[in-house]
Amino acid sequence: MSPTPTKSLNPLSPKERIKVPRQLMPEQPPCERNKNFSEVNLGFDAELARQEALRCLECAKPTCTDNCPVGVDVKKFVQLIVAGDFLAAAAKMREANVLPAITGRVCPQEDQCEGSCLLAKKVKPLGIGYLERFIADYEQRVGIQLPPKPTPTGKKVAIVGSGPSGLTVAGDLIQKGHQVRVFEALHDLGGVLVYGIPEFRLPKQIVREQLDVMGKMGVEFETDVVVGRTVTIDELMNEEGYDAVYIGTGAGLPQFMGIPGEHLNGVYSANEFLTRINLMKAYKFPQYDEPMLDLHGKDVAVIGGGNTALDSIRSALRLGAHKAYVIYRRSDAEMPARAEEVHHAKEEGIDFQMLTAPVEFLDNGKGWLTGARCVRMELGEPDASGRRRPVPVKGSEFDLPLSVAIMAIGTTANPIVQSTTPGLGTDKRGYIVADPDKQRTTRKGVFAGGDIVTGAATVILAMGAGRRAAASIHEYLTTGDW
Amino acid sequence: MFKIIDAHFLAPGIKRFVIEAPRIARKQKPGQFVILRIYEEGERIPITIENSDPVKGTISIVVQSAGKTTRLLNSLETGDSIQDVVGPLGKPSEIEKFGTVVVIGGGVGTAMAYPSAAAFKRAGNRVISIIGGRTKELVILEKELREVSDAVLITTDDGSYADKGFVTDKLRQLIQNGTPIDLVLAIGPIVMMKAVAEVTRKDNIRTVVSLNPIMIDGTGMCGGCRVLIDGKSEFACVDGPEFDAHRVNFEVLVQRNAMYREPEQKSLAEFERVMLEKQKAREGADDEAGQCAIAQGGQK
Repeated sequence: MSPTPTKSLNPLSPKERIKVPRQLMPEQPPCERNKNFSEVNLGFDAELARQEALRCLECAKPTCTDNCPVGVDVKKFVQLIVAGDFLAAAAKMREANVLPAITGRVCPQEDQCEGSCLLAKKVKPLGIGYLERFIADYEQRVGIQLPPKPTPTGKKVAIVGSGPSGLTVAGDLIQKGHQVRVFEALHDLGGVLVYGIPEFRLPKQIVREQLDVMGKMGVEFETDVVVGRTVTIDELMNEEGYDAVYIGTGAGLPQFMGIPGEHLNGVYSANEFLTRINLMKAYKFPQYDEPMLDLHGKDVAVIGGGNTALDSIRSALRLGAHKAYVIYRRSDAEMPARAEEVHHAKEEGIDFQMLTAPVEFLDNGKGWLTGARCVRMELGEPDASGRRRPVPVKGSEFDLPLSVAIMAIGTTANPIVQSTTPGLGTDKRGYIVADPDKQRTTRKGVFAGGDIVTGAATVILAMGAGRRAAASIHEYLTTGDW
Repeated sequence: MFKIIDAHFLAPGIKRFVIEAPRIARKQKPGQFVILRIYEEGERIPITIENSDPVKGTISIVVQSAGKTTRLLNSLETGDSIQDVVGPLGKPSEIEKFGTVVVIGGGVGTAMAYPSAAAFKRAGNRVISIIGGRTKELVILEKELREVSDAVLITTDDGSYADKGFVTDKLRQLIQNGTPIDLVLAIGPIVMMKAVAEVTRKDNIRTVVSLNPIMIDGTGMCGGCRVLIDGKSEFACVDGPEFDAHRVNFEVLVQRNAMYREPEQKSLAEFERVMLEKQKAREGADDEAGQCAIAQGGQK
């Protein structure tokens, strides 16, 4: 590993840097990609990466790092790209982020690092996500340099759930010399990264490679274990000798609207729809045994405006849907999905029905969905979330013919761990209570983070919680202080 | 991988497996189920746990051949392995001293009702078991149930064994005879559970059924197993699988379970075709071997 440059190797003056245009991400053409599951973004090559890296203003007080939930030292790793030392850049990245190939693909950079980039005040922000992805992919291609093995501490940590937050805790703690074992309820590792996020946004091969790195670093994995059912937190600590436990069980049961017809055949939750496709490979039926409804030539709608909604409807389009709608009750400005996904979805031909909500699902009299009765909305006064509340427009009802409707309107807390762990505090919605600095729960030695604490959020916020938890678990294991 | 320690048929198309699964065996309680996936391309299916042996670290399940996955499963033998077995899932049966408990098992449902009957007996209840099957061979676990029940009543649809009729006939008789019943647990085909619910509804006898909706993860994530309970969605994997029979919308359960009938039938037909080809190939090979043996002067 080469030493970190002490001063900038960037030959351009700040004025010249601003003149360099933001490099465009090469991508599959919309008319091709909306028929396949291959990745939309193709990634930078070394030349594009160095060109983009030259745009960094190297701020004295970089706000990009402050706005990164895991605190990636953006300036340093970008300087290393300018210097052409991509492996050193990747090593720098790993200090703060053990899953860069994943976050480089799925983070909402516009709200975080890139959102606070000084360049954005005059031109387009630095393509930090693209650069992050580049160095992670580069490192994977030439062979990952594992960090040196630390001295074992003799402490054991159990991690519940192999999603982004659990993996972050595992990756950070294994580098501190603790023995780490990750328990996963499903048959495959990765949590939402494998059952939720589709191949075209995050290839499963990337997830497997990152898991492989974890395995090589010494992290142990056990699938088919539902903590709370197969083994309890107390049993892990009292009988299996774990000194600390991190709970990262992720998103829970899908919410439904409570409108008539939600039980009809053809109405899916987004979690089920995506799990059938991503985890169970139902689109390869009958090569794979798990079935799903045939979408070829069918009209499909997703209800909701988040990333899960877009992942669902873009998957439906790729599986042959004739019409593919997003039905969202607010307007474009309030959509929680990543800007890039909305842009990609529009290019691919998704029909956005904004300010619209279903009030009833219609059927053929035999239990099968035939459409949705919808109503148009207008925005009223701001609600508790600070966003303007959608109000139905009188007399605006219309029927939209549909064969499949996918509900992507959020999730509730999964109750399994909470209900089987005495003394584990929960809030009134059933989520686990953990302090925001150290992720400590109400049970000594038990930490929690990610969606099971915050409710549905993003991969990177779950990783941020994991990073804080790892630091505080390490502190607890070395000092014994609670 | 989860090793099959023992596998044998209880009745035509109904097979019991003893599977090495020490973690599950330690935790299993009556009423809970596992989700299993036979091989890499397999689907995840829920199956109720019949029994477990925490000392030996094994669980037993009873499987009835229906679609491709259950047929494939029932073709496995002692020494084979199942790729994934996860559990015990779902809430355990509520077992306490109720008084008189009627446990009803229909067909393969008898295997799931049996551990609950045993648990009710251990809890000090008077247990009356009613079991039924289409025909004599499909009445299973009679001997085992007799050991844990104060009485066992049996029906067959065709009258080939015990009394001709349905389990609900026996239940109705018990009620008409004035037998005080504090709880009914019914596990079996949806039509049977629905019929039981109708019989007990007018006398307001507390009735519990174990529901078997389509399920994927079984851990409270996907929401595929939602059932309508008093008009509201509940999830069989975390809120069930046992529910108050009088609150269940059975029509919606039947309708949702039929969602994949077409692909399921396609998958089964393809499976049967492949199995038939394999069998033909085997027979062909046997024939050839036989021909060879004859050619070699019948030495074999």
